[in-house]
Amino acid sequence: MNYSRITIFAGHYGSGKTNIAVNYALLLRQSHKKVMIADLDIVNPYFRTKDSEQTLRKFGIKLISSDYANSNLDVPAVPGEINAIFDDLESYAVIDVGGDDRGACALGRYFEKLHTNDVAAFFVINMYRPLSREAGATIEIMREIEFAGRIKFTGIINNSNLGIDTTASDIINSLPYAEEVSQKTQLPVVMTSVKRNLAVGLETYSNNLFPIDLEEYQWQKLPN
Amino acid sequence: MTEKVLMKGNEALAEAALRAGCRHFFGYPITPQTEVAAYMAKRMPKISGTYLQAESEIAAINMVLGASAAGVRAMTSSSSPGISLKSEGLSYLAGCDLPAVVVNIQRGGPGLGGIRPSQSDYFQATRSGGHGDFHLIVLAPDTVQEMFDLTIEAFELADQYRMTAMILGDGMLGQVMEPVDISREGTVSTVAKQWALTGTKGTRKKNIINSLYLNEEELEMLNFKRFEKYAEVEKIARTEEYFIDDADVIVVAYGICARIAKNAIDEARKKGIKAGLIRPVTLWPFPKLQLKAAAAKAKAFIVVEMSMGQMIEDVELSIRCSRPVDLCNRTGGMVPTPDEVLAAIEKAARAERS
Repeated sequence: MNYSRITIFAGHYGSGKTNIAVNYALLLRQSHKKVMIADLDIVNPYFRTKDSEQTLRKFGIKLISSDYANSNLDVPAVPGEINAIFDDLESYAVIDVGGDDRGACALGRYFEKLHTNDVAAFFVINMYRPLSREAGATIEIMREIEFAGRIKFTGIINNSNLGIDTTASDIINSLPYAEEVSQKTQLPVVMTSVKRNLAVGLETYSNNLFPIDLEEYQWQKLPN
Repeated sequence: MTEKVLMKGNEALAEAALRAGCRHFFGYPITPQTEVAAYMAKRMPKISGTYLQAESEIAAINMVLGASAAGVRAMTSSSSPGISLKSEGLSYLAGCDLPAVVVNIQRGGPGLGGIRPSQSDYFQATRSGGHGDFHLIVLAPDTVQEMFDLTIEAFELADQYRMTAMILGDGMLGQVMEPVDISREGTVSTVAKQWALTGTKGTRKKNIINSLYLNEEELEMLNFKRFEKYAEVEKIARTEEYFIDDADVIVVAYGICARIAKNAIDEARKKGIKAGLIRPVTLWPFPKLQLKAAAAKAKAFIVVEMSMGQMIEDVELSIRCSRPVDLCNRTGGMVPTPDEVLAAIEKAARAERS
């Protein structure tokens, strides 16, 4: 796979950007020595890239994150260190952008730096989120993000899922939706991300599967 | 047909309100409940509803009062410090016997506190949340699905009893994403609101909604009548019970703490300790009878809560202090771990044997 030097993940609030970004950074690390991931989320105070700090450290991936992420200080802060991504031409970097157009605002200020770099910008979609269930509504969100973040997407990641309850058929049912978004935007579906245990068996349905591991939280195990 | 989507707890609250026929939402942003307002802001204009970001929490609750007086379903939401600001309005709503739904997605306190999850507004919610003799109906969901289901129920209960129904969640439940079946439509209340200010059209005597009484005997009588109603409401007290039939040690926990406790109880059972859980689904009315019945068989109780120990007082009162009640708690935005709860269960089981 050919990687751009900088890969941006943006999308609707709760579409799964952070999980994808972390897994993509881990994938990048398999073939590249110097990998960084930057948390540009200025919207969401909970469930941040920083939750994966231990995993990232274990694999030698540099995490650039606000000192205030996962803290009690609810301020929209972007770390100055993020400039390393644009200036260190040896590195490969992943940028995890906040949700919706409001989250993407933070990306706008890097417009000039991004245009002089080798950048891929992926729009993460999830058909099972209530406000992005149809292709039309999804594309509307995409245009809002492009406008606010001053970027043009170069590809789509189909991350349709129902969280811990996701089944293989949920993924299969989402493929026509992703295809419709792709056709209407003329952007390729670059990846279909699925929980690792679902990947086997879905290979016949999709040729761009991206198996991912999820951050586990202790209260998530829910006995019935 | 089931219709599953992946939602944040805060979004589920908002969607449920819309499905319950609520078309009037007045809010003010505060972490960790802001998604309720954000969702309403996006959806309300598309369904001819009113989303209004008020100039303050105080304004928002009084807008709810106004809308409710006009006979429509209205809602506001906030997090701990914002609920304190709303407390005057909660009292006026009660004094006017108006239905309303108010959401508190609790965060660490007191004061400005923090933005991480907490359950330290239990006293505030269950003792009324404002001045004067009154109660709120307080519902405590423990999953995103229940955030949805109990919000629909809150609108029903509010209309039925002309009371404020509060959804008492916490930052974790507000922020976590889980699959939700949103196919259940709310039943738009069939209770005719004959008291509502809808205009007399010259055909009836005018309605007055007011909480000021110049005659103290009249005000006392009104309080007596209101408490006769509260005695009726006591009957809706409800719990979820998990392995309590043979339990020696009963954990009492609500909301996210109940989920953590279930994991600990599973572990305790594997170790041969007979542990069980009572999860109050209604915090007011508190399920006193269910607790009292459990105390007849169980030997010890543990209350798990994210506060310095608030619900523990209701547990002790309900069982008339007939059994030891331990507290297993974290506060200030910290969340107890299943291991901490398991240790508390093991300790209680050891004490009970010796």
